[in-house]
This record gives sequence, C-alpha cells and structure tokens, in this order.
Amino acid sequence: MSDDDFTVIRSQVKDFVRKQVVPRELEIMDTDAIPEDLRAKVRDMGLFGYAIPQEFGGLGLNLVQDVELAMELGYTSLALRSMFGTNNGIAGQVLVGFGTDEQKQQWLGRLASGEVVASFALTEPGAGSNPAGLRTKAVRDGEDWVLNGDKRWITNAPLADLFVTFARTRPADGSGAGIAVFLVPADTPGVSVGVKDRKMGQEGAWTSDVTFTDVRVPASAIIGGSEDVGYRAALTSLARGRVHIAALSVGAAQRALDESVAFAAASTQGGTPIGSFQLVQAMLADMQAGVMAGRALARDAAAMWVSGEDRRIAPSVAKLFCTEMVGKVADLAVQIHGGTGYMREVPVERIYREVRLLRLYEGTSEIQRLIIGGGLVKAAQQGR
Amino acid sequence: MNIVVLVKQVPDTWAERKLDATDKTLDRASVDVVMNEIDEYAVEEALRIQADQGGEVTIVSMAPDRGVETIRKALSMGADKAVHLSDPALHGSDAVQTSYALAKVLGTLEYDLVIAGSEATDSRMAIMTPLLAERLGQPQLSGARKVTVDGGTVRIERQTDNGYDVVEASTPAIVSVVEKINEPRYPSFKGIMAAKKKPLTTLTLADAGIEADRVGLASAPSQVVEFSNKPPRQAGQIVKDEGDGGVKVAEYLASQKLV
Ligand SMILES: Cc1cc2nc3c(=O)[nH]c(=O)nc-3n(C[C@H](O)[C@H](O)[C@H](O)COP(=O)(O)OP(=O)(O)OC[C@H]3O[C@@H](n4cnc5c(N)ncnc54)[C@H](O)[C@@H]3O)c2cc1C
Repeated sequence: MSDDDFTVIRSQVKDFVRKQVVPRELEIMDTDAIPEDLRAKVRDMGLFGYAIPQEFGGLGLNLVQDVELAMELGYTSLALRSMFGTNNGIAGQVLVGFGTDEQKQQWLGRLASGEVVASFALTEPGAGSNPAGLRTKAVRDGEDWVLNGDKRWITNAPLADLFVTFARTRPADGSGAGIAVFLVPADTPGVSVGVKDRKMGQEGAWTSDVTFTDVRVPASAIIGGSEDVGYRAALTSLARGRVHIAALSVGAAQRALDESVAFAAASTQGGTPIGSFQLVQAMLADMQAGVMAGRALARDAAAMWVSGEDRRIAPSVAKLFCTEMVGKVADLAVQIHGGTGYMREVPVERIYREVRLLRLYEGTSEIQRLIIGGGLVKAAQQGR
Repeated sequence: MNIVVLVKQVPDTWAERKLDATDKTLDRASVDVVMNEIDEYAVEEALRIQADQGGEVTIVSMAPDRGVETIRKALSMGADKAVHLSDPALHGSDAVQTSYALAKVLGTLEYDLVIAGSEATDSRMAIMTPLLAERLGQPQLSGARKVTVDGGTVRIERQTDNGYDVVEASTPAIVSVVEKINEPRYPSFKGIMAAKKKPLTTLTLADAGIEADRVGLASAPSQVVEFSNKPPRQAGQIVKDEGDGGVKVAEYLASQKLV
C-alpha cells in the first residue's frame, strides 16, 4: 500500500470514526451491539481485511500503517474495532503467517470481505497466561482429527463462522509444545457456543465459551499442514497483536484527554473554570505526556516489527507501557470530570471500563514483564 | 444514461478562510481543501442512477493543480473518469466567467444529465447551474431532493418551505441537488486504490477552446472592491433568573424588535 493511498484511507477512517461512530456511542452501549448500518459501512469500506494481503482481497497494511489506523479506531467505542479485530489480527494473522496456500485461498478472501468472522480460540479454564497448559485435545482418527475441550471468553464467538482453535495433539516434549491449530467452521457438528458473557465494559463486543464435543475435522484443517506449527503461530500472532493493542490504547487515551481538556475548559466551580486550577492542569499534563510517549513508542515498536529488528521484546514493551498508560489516563480523566465522570452517559466513564481489558488480554502486564525481563537476561547470557 | 457531475474543491468548511490581501481572491494555498460537501451528494446520486440505468459517470472540475485530490475522491467513490480544467489564466474568475469555462468543457462531452450540488460552501452563490443552463440552452431542475429518470425525461422533487414541487424536463438537462437527496457513500479502500488508475484528462484553456480574455481576474465582471474581517463576537448579556427570567427574556426580545 503506497503512502499516498494510505494517507487518504487513514483520514477517511478518522472521519468515519468521529462523524459516524462517536455520535452513536451511547446507542452502542445501551443496545450492546454495533448498529447494523455501521457494520455495513465498515464492511463496504473494507475494514474487515485491512491487514490481510491484497492478493487475498485485503488491503495488506503493514504494522506501521496498522498502528495508525488503530489509533483512530481507539478514539471511539472499542467494540467497533473488536468487530473486525479478530479477522485482521490474532485469528487472521495465524492464517496469513502459517496457513497452507489452500487454506489461505479457502478463507482469507471471505475474512477480508467480512463475509466470514473468525475467532481466535486459545484460552481455557486454567490456560490463559500460559497456553502451554491447554487441555483441549485433538486425536487422530483415520485421516481426520477429533477435538474435545472447552474454551472461554472467546471474542466474537457468538458471531463467528470460523474458530481458529488451539488443541493439544501430544504432551509437550523436547521437540515442541505439542499444540496444533485447527480451522473449525462454526457449523461443524459438536461445536457449541455458550451464552454471551456479561462483561465490565466494551458493550457491543461479545465473548462466550465455546465447547468442542467430538468435533471431527479433516486433515486439511490443521494449520500449515503440521502439528508443530501451532504454538509458534500463537506466539507470533499475539506478539504482532500487542503492537496493535498498544496503538489502540493511545487512541483511547487521546480521546480521554480531549474529553478532559474540553471539560476542564468549560466546567466551573464558584465561577472559575476548573481548568485554571493548577492541580487540574497537572493531571492534564501527565495525561498529555503519557499519550505522546505512548504514541512514539507504538510507532517505534511497529517500525521495528516491520524491519524485523525486534519482534519479541519491543511489542511487549509497547503493550505494557501503553495499556498501563491508558489505565492511568482514563483514571485521571474520571477524576477531572468529578462526579460527572461516574455517570454512564459520559465518555470517560465508558473509557475507564473499556480500557481495563487491555491490560488483561493478549498477555497480561505481568506476562509482558516476564517476556521483556526474561528476554533481556537471556540475551545477556547468550553474550549478545 | 451518461452523467456529468460538477465537483468543486473548496477550503475546509471548518478551517479559517481568508482572502488574499494582494488580489482579494480566495486564499486557497494556505488552507486544507475538501470536496464541496453537497457535491458528494451529487456524485452519489449520479452513481445511483448509473447503477439503475447503466452508462458512464464523468467528473468535471475547474480547479488549480491541487484539484486532483478532490477529483480522485469522486473517482474513488465510483465515477468512471474525469476532466480537470486547470490553467493559471483561470485564477480569479468569477461565477459568470466560470460558467462560461465550464460550459465550454461540457461542450466537449456527450451527456444526458449534468448533476451538481446546489451551492458551494465558499462562495455560497447557488448560481452555477442556472448560469450553465442559460449558456447551454438546456433545462435546469434545481434543488432536487429526489431524481427519477424515465427514458428521455428527468423528474425531480424540488424542496420547498412547505413541501415539494414535482418538476420535469427532457434530457439533456442540468440538475442541482440538496443534502436531503441521499447519504453519500464512503469510498471503499479498493476504490481509493483504483482511483489513480482511472482516466483523468487535464485541459488547458486552449484545449477546451476557452478564450483567454473571457476568464480570469483582470476581465472579471464582478470585482471585490474591499473586504474586512468579521467583527469579533460581542460578549453576551447574562440575565440572572430571580423568578422573572421569562419576563426579562421577553423584554429583551421586544427591545430588539424580535417579538
Ligand atoms: C473480554 C475478553 C476477551 C477475550 N478474548 C479472547 C479471545 O478472543 N481468544 C482467547 O483465546 N482468549 C481471549 N481472552 C482471554 C485472555 O487472553 C485471558 O484472560 C488472558 O490471557 C489472561 O488469562 P487468565 O484470564 O486465565 O488469567 P491468569 O493467567 O490466571 O492470570 C491471573 C493473574 O495471574 C498473573 N499470572 C499468570 N501467570 C503468571 C506468571 N507466570 N507469573 C506472574 N504472574 C502470572 C496474571 O498476570 C494475572 O494477574 C479474552 C478475555 C477477556 C476478558
């Protein structure tokens, strides 16, 4: 994608977010759904496939461009992004990076157009931060594989047509984690999707349990045609997604800041705008510093991903810093709003709840610290 | 059904707009530019008619070189091709001269309908389609909130204060549209990438057969004699409601002869 074209696309997404979605945030919250007309516009524009290669009908944005879009998308209800986030991100990228040609041909075009919604089904009870602990089993039966197990909190599961499902084919051993990834169409007998989870925030984005009971898929359903591709696929897909989540956090933080500045300038106490109190100004200053640092870091990490310089530590650094940053920024935003900030119809109240998730999924902050710290020590021990 | 859509590049409505101090023309260089908003509705309407009736949609725009950005936007929405009239000699042309130049360009094209927005956000004159209709000797249907085409007849609903009039004409005709008519699409990302590859013809005065002494600032029939900035907004008057707020508001309105 050329810079020229991308500049136009980015400004259009910005325009769409601010003019079409921002005015409808309350509706999204109250109905717990993205309105159908917005969904149609998003699909027609091509947002379901922005990170899927052009040869498969997507836009083929690289991660540097991806983060610029993510910053725009973070500016409104995060459920909007979630709707097409799994297709472009964690689920789609497994296919892009590790699928066989046949698998790509079969699925990526429909993912890019939004005809198919894909979910990433990794987490299980007892296997969240440490996916190596997952217990969903895949057993060979003739040419087929038969899957049994329970997944939980799977984003977009109630809408999904395809589950990118992680399952154990053998115990972990010296040759690998023993985890493979299967493409399981949602209408395969034995796949059952639970009721929608009731969450703290991100109304309009749905998660639920997914249960696999004697689910039979053909040998061609295994990603990359190999039992040993799965775990690497998960780690790579998640690492790329971390930079995206970092940028999303920056967008949300910018919104919280903009709301707070506007509120501080207009709202008065005893006739004085609260923005003229220095303690309020200090909060704004800390927020602004966080947003700018986060933006620079997300961009830097994306550039290092694209160049190949660092695809392990930098993504974790960006996710850790930016998701923690937006947590603080959202907290300060509520503080600046006073009691107003505790009321449901105020954007910063929604942001405060929505961004809490960003520190939990796709690797908690603790897990990011382990990756960063562990990676640094390991590099030193290897004498690099 | 071949349709020409007239598209104007204007300063961003939200930006601070200025006139150039030296020649008193619009300062286009120092501001962000966008497609005149109502023109997006015109493009959308042309594309909808095309989807129903076939034919080609051609964008015509008179603008400096930078006008290409706006033309591309119309192409990315789905128009087939574009003609860009661009010549330094056009600088400072007023509405009358512009209509002459556009009529010349339209004369090089074959069309059944010309669709335009009802006015531009920069000049706000709402005069281009009547001028063109006069010059081309073709009927004008203005202020359409709905357009239907049936063979060689085009019928519109013209928005009025109390409802609408139904007006019709035979093609070729010139139609101006209002915002009520539709909801313009966002270009698809694929459309944005494809826009660059669509045919775009750039015409100079000579190419379009426009006589140089009939356009441009020096020969413009209307001249900007003087201009000044809008005075800053006066501080409002705050009335404290001590049980008599309604009365005070009524008194104020009466004193301004508003009631
Ligand atoms: C709304 C939502 C959507 C989600 N969507 C998806 C999805 O689409 N697909 C999917 O597969 N999963 C999804 N998840 C699951 C998510 O990725 C996990 O919740 C996350 O990885 C954390 O795992 P856990 O909940 O099991 O917590 P745990 O791993 O049990 O963590 C609990 C606490 O222990 C800490 N901890 C855990 N291990 C260590 C360690 N080794 N050292 C130090 N501290 C540790 C954690 O940091 C955390 O503070 C979603 C979750 C939510 C809430």
